[in-house]
Amino acid sequence: MNVLNFVNAFFSDSAHWHGYDGIPQRFWEHVQYSLLALAVAAAIGLPVGLLTGHTGRGGNALALIANAARALPSFGLLVLAVLLIGFGLLPVMIPLVVLAVPPILVTTYEAVRSVDPSPVDAARGMGMRESRILFQVELPVALPLVLSGLRSAAIQIVSTATIAAYVSLGGLGRYIVDGLYQRDYEKVVGGATLVAVLALLTLAVFWAAGRLAVSPGVRRR
Amino acid sequence: MIRIDSVTKRYPDGTVAVDRLSLEIPDRSITVLVGPSGCGKTTTLRMINRMVEPTEGSILLDGEDIQRRPVTALRRSMGYVIQNAGLFQHRTIVDNIATVPRMLGWGKQRARERAAELMQRVGLDTSLARRYPYQLSGGQQQRVGVARALAADPPVLLMDEPFSAVDPVVRKGLQDELLRIQEELGKTIVFVTHDIDEAIKLGTMVAVLREGGRLAQYAPPAELLSAPADGFVEDFLGADRGIRRLSFFDSAALELTTDSVVPADATADRIAAAPDPYLLVTDADGRPLGWAERDGQAGGDLAAERLLPYGRPFVPGADSLRVALDCAVLSPTGWAVAVDDGGRVTGVVSQQTIGEAIRAAHTERAAHTERSAHTGSRTHPRKDEAGVAE
Ligand SMILES: Nc1ncnc2c1ncn2[C@@H]1O[C@H](COP(=O)(O)OP(=O)(O)OP(=O)(O)O)[C@@H](O)[C@H]1O
Ligand SMILES: [Mg+2]
Repeated sequence: MNVLNFVNAFFSDSAHWHGYDGIPQRFWEHVQYSLLALAVAAAIGLPVGLLTGHTGRGGNALALIANAARALPSFGLLVLAVLLIGFGLLPVMIPLVVLAVPPILVTTYEAVRSVDPSPVDAARGMGMRESRILFQVELPVALPLVLSGLRSAAIQIVSTATIAAYVSLGGLGRYIVDGLYQRDYEKVVGGATLVAVLALLTLAVFWAAGRLAVSPGVRRR
Repeated sequence: MIRIDSVTKRYPDGTVAVDRLSLEIPDRSITVLVGPSGCGKTTTLRMINRMVEPTEGSILLDGEDIQRRPVTALRRSMGYVIQNAGLFQHRTIVDNIATVPRMLGWGKQRARERAAELMQRVGLDTSLARRYPYQLSGGQQQRVGVARALAADPPVLLMDEPFSAVDPVVRKGLQDELLRIQEELGKTIVFVTHDIDEAIKLGTMVAVLREGGRLAQYAPPAELLSAPADGFVEDFLGADRGIRRLSFFDSAALELTTDSVVPADATADRIAAAPDPYLLVTDADGRPLGWAERDGQAGGDLAAERLLPYGRPFVPGADSLRVALDCAVLSPTGWAVAVDDGGRVTGVVSQQTIGEAIRAAHTERAAHTERSAHTGSRTHPRKDEAGVAE
C-alpha cells in the first residue's frame, strides 16, 4: 500500500467524519490553537517590530533575541512548560508563541526600516505626528512584508500545533500521535494530510488579506 | 519675513554644517540658497521648519522666534517640497494632495475639491486624480509634490532641490510653472539648489553658500553676476556670466532701423535707397520672409528670389538683450530682426548696435550698484570690474 491509498482509506472511512475524534472537530481545535497562538505572537511581535522599525533603535538587540528564540526546540520547550506548570493549554501556547514571535518581529522591523525615507521626511515636514507617520505612511507601504512575516509565523504554528496532542489536547496532532502509537499508518498519513491542507488554507487566507488590505499603489497593479 | 540670525549648526559628530549664518528672507519672493554639495543648504532649510534644531542663534518668523511655536503648527504653516517628491505610494494623487487639509480637519469632500483645484494650478490634468504615484512620470510626481505643499495655502514654501531629479526640458517647464504660480500666489519661497542657472532664473534674492556653511554673498541675481563678492562666487557663477548677465537687460531701448526693411513688391528705387548690403523682405502683412542681397535686385517681386532665412526674431521689451544678441549672432547677416507681438517686423538691429547698447547698460547699472552700495547693500563690488563694465 502506498501513501495515496492510506489517504484514500482514511478519508473515505465515514467513522472519521463525526464525533469528538472526527475530522471537523479535530480540524476546528487545530484552527483554534493556531489562531490563539498567532494572536498572542502578533500582539507581542507587531507593536515591538513597528516601534523599533520606526525609531530605528534596538535593531541589533532584536536580531539577537530573535535568533536565540529560533534556536529553542519547540518540543523541549513543551516538556519544560509541562514540568513547570502542568498540563493544559498554556504549556502548549508557550512553545508556539516563542516559535512565532521572531519571524513576526524581525520581518515587521525590517519592513518598516526599509520604507523609502523620503515620504516619511515629507510627512514629518508637513507637520504629521509620529504615530500618524507610522500608521498612515510607513505601515501601508510596509504591509506586504509585515503580512509575509505573519504568514510564515502562521504556517509554522499550524505545523507545530500538532504537539498539543502530546499533552492530551486535541487538534490534528491527535491522529498522528495516536496513529503512531496504534501503528495505524492510515491515521498518521491522514492527520499529516490534514495539517498540510490547513497550511494551504492559511496561505490562501493571507493571499486574500494581501489583496484586500494592500493598496494598489503599493502592489503596483 | 523670515530672519535667520547668526545661526550655527554643529551636528553631534562635530561637523559644522552652517556657520553663523544671517539672512533676511523677504516676504512674497523667491529666495534661493545655492552652493556646492555639502555647504549646508539643506541644513539651513530644515532649520526653518525645525526638522533640524540650530546649535546657536535663532530664526524669527514675522518677528517671533520659531522655537516658541508648537512644532507641528509651525510645519503646517510651511509647505515642504523635497527632491524626489516623496509622495505616498499607497494614496491616489488626489489623496496625496489632500493630506494636509485632511490633517487640519477638513471634510473629505472639501479636501478633494481643493486638491482638484491645485492639480489645475500646477498644470496637472485632473484625469490623473485617481492614479497612484507609480503611474506618473517624474515631472508629474514633482508637480504633485508642489500641489501637496500648497494644499492648505501656507504662506511659506520650503523647497529642497525639487527639480533636480528630472531631465533639463522637464525642469525648465517646472521652473516656468513655479514662476507663474508665484506670480499668482505670492508665497514666501525658500528654494535650495546647487544649480546656479536655476538660482539666477528663479531667485529674487540669491544666497551663495560656501563649504563649511558660510555665506559668500547675498544679492539679487543681476548684482551677483555684475559684482561677485570674491573669487569663490565668481568661479561658482561660471565662465559665461557676462553673457548671462544680459538676461537682466531689457531690449526695449535698442535703436531699430527700418531703412533696410522692404516689402516684397518694393520698387527698384526703394531698393537702391537702402543703406546696407542686405534687405529684410516682408510680406504684405509686414511679416518677415527672409534676407535678400541689395545689389543686383531689379525690384517688383523680391519674394521670388532665393532668400536667406531670417532666423529667430526677438520682441523688444519682452525679450532681454541676451535674446537680441543671440538672434544677431545666429542671423546669417549679423542683423537681428525685431517683431511685435503679432510677428510683424518693427525693425532690424546690427550686432554692433547691440554691442553699444550692452556697454551703455553696463555703465548705467554699475553707477546704480555704486549708489546702492552706499545704502546698505550687503555686496562688495569687485574692484577690477573693467572686463565687464566700463
Ligand atoms: N545628520 C547629520 N549628521 C552629521 N552630519 C551631517 C548630517 N546632515 C548633514 N551633515 C553634514 O553637514 C554638511 C552640510 O550638509 P547639507 O545636507 O546641509 O548640505 P547640502 O548643501 O544640502 O548638500 P547637497 O547639495 O549635497 O544636498 C555636510 O558636510 C554633511 O555631511
Ligand atoms: Mg541638500
